[in-house]
Amino acid sequence: MQPETHIQISTTVNGERVKAEVPVRLNLVDFLRHTIGLTGAHVGCEAGACGACTILVDGRLTRGCLTLAVQADNKNIETIEGADASGRIAGLQKAFHRLNALQCGYCTPAMLLAAAELLRQNPKPSREEVREWISGNFCRCTGYQSIVDAVLDAAHSEEAS
Amino acid sequence: MNEQFRNPIGADIPRDRAKRLLAGRGHFVDDIVAARMVHIAFVRSPFAHARFSSIDVDAAKAMPGVIRILTAADLAPVVAPWRATHDLFPNMRAPEQTALAIDVARYQGEPIVAVLAATRAEAEDACDVIEVDWEPLPQVGDIDEALASDAPTLHEGLEDNIAFEASVTKGDAAGALAAADVVVERTFRFHRHTGVSLETRCILAEFDPTEERLTVHQSHQTPHQQQDLYARLLNLPEHKVRVICPDVGGAFGLKHHLYADELTACASAVVLGRPVKFIADRLESFQSDIHCRDHEVHARMGFSSDGTIVGLAVEDRFSAGAYGQYPRSSVAEGNQIIRLTGAPYQLPAYSGDLKMAFINRGILGHIRGVGHPIAAAVSEALVDLGAHILGQDAVELRRKNYLKESDYPMTSAGGVALERLSLDQCLDKALDIVYVDAFRAEQVNLRKDGIHRGIGFCTFVELTSIGPEYYGNGGQHISAQETCILRMEASGQVRAYVGTTDQGQGIDTGIQQVVSGVLGLGVEDVEIVSGDSLLSPMGGGSWGSRGAALGGEAALKASRELRRNLLSIAGFLLQKSPDDLDLRDGIIVDVASNTSHMHVSELARVGHFQPYTLPPDLPSDLTVTARYASRDRMFLPGNGIQVSIVDVNIDTGFVTPIRHVVVHDSGRILNPLLVREQIRGGVVQGIGSALYEELRYSEDGALLTGTLSDYLVPMAVEMPEIEVAHIETPTETSELGAKGAGEAGLTGAVGALLNAVNDALLPFDVFMTEVPLSPPRILRALDEANDR
Amino acid sequence: MKAPTFSYVKPLTIEACLELLDSHGEDAQIIAGGQSLMPLLNLRLAAPAVLIDITDIPTLKGIIQDAGYVKIGALERHADIASSVTVQQALPLLVDAAPHIAHVAIREQGTIGGSLALADPAAEWPACCLALNAEIELISKRGTRHVAAEDFFQGIYETARQPDELLAAVRFPVGTENDDTVHLFDEIARRRGDFAIAGLALTCRRGGAVLTGVRLALFGVADRPVLAKGSMAAMEGYELDDRIAEAAVAALSAELNPPDDPAYPSGYRRRVACVILKRALAKLLPEQLHAT
Repeated sequence: MQPETHIQISTTVNGERVKAEVPVRLNLVDFLRHTIGLTGAHVGCEAGACGACTILVDGRLTRGCLTLAVQADNKNIETIEGADASGRIAGLQKAFHRLNALQCGYCTPAMLLAAAELLRQNPKPSREEVREWISGNFCRCTGYQSIVDAVLDAAHSEEAS
Repeated sequence: MNEQFRNPIGADIPRDRAKRLLAGRGHFVDDIVAARMVHIAFVRSPFAHARFSSIDVDAAKAMPGVIRILTAADLAPVVAPWRATHDLFPNMRAPEQTALAIDVARYQGEPIVAVLAATRAEAEDACDVIEVDWEPLPQVGDIDEALASDAPTLHEGLEDNIAFEASVTKGDAAGALAAADVVVERTFRFHRHTGVSLETRCILAEFDPTEERLTVHQSHQTPHQQQDLYARLLNLPEHKVRVICPDVGGAFGLKHHLYADELTACASAVVLGRPVKFIADRLESFQSDIHCRDHEVHARMGFSSDGTIVGLAVEDRFSAGAYGQYPRSSVAEGNQIIRLTGAPYQLPAYSGDLKMAFINRGILGHIRGVGHPIAAAVSEALVDLGAHILGQDAVELRRKNYLKESDYPMTSAGGVALERLSLDQCLDKALDIVYVDAFRAEQVNLRKDGIHRGIGFCTFVELTSIGPEYYGNGGQHISAQETCILRMEASGQVRAYVGTTDQGQGIDTGIQQVVSGVLGLGVEDVEIVSGDSLLSPMGGGSWGSRGAALGGEAALKASRELRRNLLSIAGFLLQKSPDDLDLRDGIIVDVASNTSHMHVSELARVGHFQPYTLPPDLPSDLTVTARYASRDRMFLPGNGIQVSIVDVNIDTGFVTPIRHVVVHDSGRILNPLLVREQIRGGVVQGIGSALYEELRYSEDGALLTGTLSDYLVPMAVEMPEIEVAHIETPTETSELGAKGAGEAGLTGAVGALLNAVNDALLPFDVFMTEVPLSPPRILRALDEANDR
Repeated sequence: MKAPTFSYVKPLTIEACLELLDSHGEDAQIIAGGQSLMPLLNLRLAAPAVLIDITDIPTLKGIIQDAGYVKIGALERHADIASSVTVQQALPLLVDAAPHIAHVAIREQGTIGGSLALADPAAEWPACCLALNAEIELISKRGTRHVAAEDFFQGIYETARQPDELLAAVRFPVGTENDDTVHLFDEIARRRGDFAIAGLALTCRRGGAVLTGVRLALFGVADRPVLAKGSMAAMEGYELDDRIAEAAVAALSAELNPPDDPAYPSGYRRRVACVILKRALAKLLPEQLHAT
């Protein structure tokens, strides 16, 4: 078994099969953004601290900067583009829009995916639980309050419908 | 509501742009790819101060993917040096700066060598093998070291490190303080921090040598300023330089300057004739983004025994970093401090002195708030301290000393023209929200349980929407006027081309609301075109709380002109007086009878395709341009008050914000939904300044906080709920009456937190003066008080 | 910053992995969840020649309860450990500790093996291992050995693991169903999810009112997680009351000598450690027990 510097990977991204040869040092968010052009996941620190690159790998919230692209081989990846297209985060998107839970929008895709995962695990979170859950996602523009409002609003709408 | 300020002006309208950002369809600079694009990385100085001689790039040249390696000498033919001068401050020293350093590096992270490679990773690989022959020099780490008589000087030809000194006086402050019944005196220390936009600085520069055409996509606040700078510094025809600011992932002032590395990216594109992309990583952001604060303020406030403030003296010492911020210069933070400290109060006597020095740190400049948070914190901390010593209620002492209704318009002791503030109204509203008596009762009870809760008030005056005089007289090409071009399409829908830019604050939406309100069109029928120096009329971009006040006013003027033209066409077609007609929901209606006559598209059709049917002298242009350039006012001062309630854990020194209230007056508000969260964002940034954020350096000047795990920013769970209320005192200098709102949150938060912490610690005889209020600092202060 | 060049290999069996470790030795670095290694790579603070990805070795996964111990495979992720019924029943200390580890996305990918092998002195799992008297299972071509947590952590990012060894699992001794084991976990971090300024993991039995088998591990206060032996001795064999709690805190204060760092001076960390011990013991005081 020989170590290699470039490896062919096959992965499913937002339901589509993707095959690519990647340099092994390439991280997953750079692969998504620059190799296959899914620019919705953003890069903020490349050290796992800001959360801007958060995506889902096999259904788990994952920092795209802390995973190698080669480690996504045979995995199922969902990015904001996929979550948007499927309509599964439509309630959150609507609430974020209406309540102005974003300004520059750079943290937003990751914030939405994190919030969606929270609501999946805990459909009726408290304000404190929302705040705690999104505390791995840095937002410099809002005071976080509108984001918390929007997540709770989406939770209530979901419950009502 | 006045017909001209009808809905949706003043309504909570969500932002159009948000929809695509929410769908992951943002257009940020790093999302853009150009054919033949190369990536740039920099060898940066590892030392705070060092001379370098030979640079050995041979090994790097042979590395995979490397396309070109450039040093200052290679760039000299294409890029000029610059100096951060400001003609209003003619004595300010402004040493020469270059895109890449020549011979000496003066701060850790200063770019020395540029490597261009097929990928950023490969460019970094090559940087790692470039050998620079360094000779470390003694470094100057702070203002005391800078001013020491034996200090090494940063810049050859300067006999010391003093960059600038200035004073402002009213009356005899020293005399007033000597005669005062009570004088409170403290030295405050505000440590260095920075803006930390989530999207780092980034730029994609494309150059076509055949046409001398430079096209730059840049995450920036001021496209026209950059167009001018790139044209002048790269000696290119300005009309062939285009700067596009697409979606910008946060700016906060750190993205409205010229940066050596970004200019190097442009110069490299010129040298290579290929697109060059530079995406700063987080470490180089902390090292080389504009920094702010790093001030030491010694202040004395004198009171008569009845609580009247009789005098205030403020001395601010701060650093410019290694050079001066360009093109605005680094002077403003100190200048705002000596002009704004004590600004809400009647000050019979005042003196403000500042001293700015060069030190071996990153360049200091304009980041959200620019000196304001310090001016407010210092004033309000001294007011609280004075009230305590006098045994008076600090809130009433504020009210007693506030500038009075009858004082306006006036010039403040610090020399700021104040049109009209609403200090009492803001205070009253804050008191309505907070219930201080109930708080005090709760505070007593909590203390019995060992919970030390404090309340802090911070009144503030903020300078928004700077007028053209400041930079015009300063000799800089920084536009403080705004122009709006409105273009009605054949459908009757409108495009508005504006010189302001939108980094998420929502100024595009605010302008949409103005245009839509005046023209009686739906907001969805108005599209804003901003952030492009080719398409947008020359304007200043967005910074310094200027978008709504200046861009909004220009849009108002343009909209009124277009409205007049539309009504005059309608009047002619209907054979009615335009005065009897109105535009509502896209329909021409008869004002008296409310009868609908025709859709606006009918007017557009006639105006565009059958103009010959209209009388030649009828005002009927469907593309109109209007400009707003204020006169004879340097700023639009806004004001407000913030109240913070915090718990201080005296065992750990931890401060927990419990509640935060903001009452703010930004004149007429275009969109309360957007203003509220912008203010909250500012408050959270202010809480970051007050509690967490600090750039720390080692003894030898190496940055210790180069990651987001070391430089702490505020995250959701530690932040309080923030209540925002408004007073609206429209400025009479414009028709719209808007003032700025961008600085307000940050401006008042720091002082409110500081005062709240000091209120909590009052029984322990502790008075904190060092920000951020880190837990070790609080415990140290408690220990010192214990030892007394 | 982007990771430096390296080569990569993904063995599918322990044997293949050991072969790789044997041939590449110190040039190799193991990656699993990557939550600690990736930041180091991205900052170019780590530059391995070879990265060995162990995430597809099935035998490194699983949480098994056997006679007298619970064994957690190196690849078990923080979030999965916290939600494991076995862990919840047998090792509730780990459940209490897990939410303090960084943030949700990190807990979804980070593994216990990675955390132990990295040996960050401010990390939660190493201190839990110390308090629970766990053994680390190390496998190499030379054989398998179990190293007590106390001997495993040897300094900042330093462990007893040899370059040819694979950290395969961690084994926690567990008592009988109805024992009277008490456990406490607490830490103080500047913001939720930050590395601890100081933290503690405490286990003991309280047969009747008397504390026995006290194990108190502190983290964030030394170059490795440490057992506070003085403080443990101050409690061992005593009925816990205010006086004993005070003595335990005083002993802790006397025995800790945290390194100075620019953000938190030594004395500050020591005090915070004492504050959380006091806070933790208050929960164990008899009236508190009755109250809950």
